[in-house]
Amino acid sequence: MALLNELAKKKEGLVSGHRLCPGCTHSVIMRQVFAVAETDKYDIVVAAATGCFEVSTGLYPYTSWNVPWIHTAFENAASTISGVEAMYRALKKKGKLNKEIRFIAVASDGGTYDIGLQALSGAIERGHQFLYICNDNNAYQNTGNQRSSATPFAGSTTTSPNGKVKFGKEQPRKDIVSIIEGHHLPYTAQASPSNWRDLMNKIKKALDINGPTYINVLEPCTTGWGFPPHMAIEIAQLAVDTCVWPLYEVIKGKVVINYKPKKKLPVTEYLKPQKRFAHLFKKGNEHLIEEFQKQVDAHWEWLLKREECGIEYGV
Amino acid sequence: MAEKLLNWDEVLIGAAIKEPGNSRQYETGSWRVERPVWNPDTCIQCMFCWVYCPDSAILVDENGKMAGVNYTFCKGCGICVEQCPSKPKSLKMILEAEAKGKSEEELRKEVFSEDK
Repeated sequence: MALLNELAKKKEGLVSGHRLCPGCTHSVIMRQVFAVAETDKYDIVVAAATGCFEVSTGLYPYTSWNVPWIHTAFENAASTISGVEAMYRALKKKGKLNKEIRFIAVASDGGTYDIGLQALSGAIERGHQFLYICNDNNAYQNTGNQRSSATPFAGSTTTSPNGKVKFGKEQPRKDIVSIIEGHHLPYTAQASPSNWRDLMNKIKKALDINGPTYINVLEPCTTGWGFPPHMAIEIAQLAVDTCVWPLYEVIKGKVVINYKPKKKLPVTEYLKPQKRFAHLFKKGNEHLIEEFQKQVDAHWEWLLKREECGIEYGV
Repeated sequence: MAEKLLNWDEVLIGAAIKEPGNSRQYETGSWRVERPVWNPDTCIQCMFCWVYCPDSAILVDENGKMAGVNYTFCKGCGICVEQCPSKPKSLKMILEAEAKGKSEEELRKEVFSEDK
């Protein structure tokens, strides 16, 4: 891949002036996407689901997008982009359009894990050519940190608060990559903005595939998770180094782990700087950290074993 | 802010916005409490500040090199300072109140007086 100096010369796809919180990584992720997309070879069309990113970059009468961008509703980013893609294919077939275009849908975890799951599943099943990027910030941060199915175990949110009776969210988070992978699509991956080279490689791979692709990206949220804005990238790095957020890809059912930390850090390193986990460090809650570690370890072991198997689908 | 709000009959169908990237008219730099100051003498041009900047506020010259900070849009989150790998750091945060009325050159001398 080109050096950052080369990428920095390119025209930005997402410009300044958006109203995301200081230290928000939504725009960091999208800027990395545009940096690696080969915009000299194809144009890009983006559809967005409702969420922080949509409301702060598309605040009427302003837009921060330098590319065609469309928003309809919360649940249907995937349906919207499949409609646009179907129209593009029809026009191309009729000879009314001869441009190369790539389609990207952007949503957060609310619009992917919960509300948009049905639309996403349908769009992947129909086999449209699009890349779906889920910026996972672990809750409905746009409306003020309500629990979603992406919220991790023991995470405190406004609808799963910790207190005398409860300790935050009781259920573990949903393993969305496995759900998406069940559609047997050509490419699924999980990435983090802290490891920009890895993220860019995955985006490039996904955009070159003729078919539906899905990338799950960690999006540390300074306001909802409760850490100082300057730590955003550091938190993402800690999530990767503690294996809370493993970087891996699934190519036709075969798991490839892209980053194995030399020294796997204990989850406390990741939990400690975040206010939403502050109650775990109170006396008497040690078992919750143990449980958190157990869940992370189990998932990591499972991934390692799957990589070792190296089995592909027979299609 | 836009100078005048549009009338209902002036708004395009589907609330379409004709001008791409027009949020650049909205200056987010006024949100800033702290500002990063850049020292070109110790900068190693790794461009990590550029790749991690949420507000596209790192200025880039025609050779793709770091050329300073765009204070019109920088919200002062401090990610660039945190991620700057050079030793000593080529970006440092100072309070906006302390930067008031001083030129960039003056600030640079003041902040980086201990570094080369």
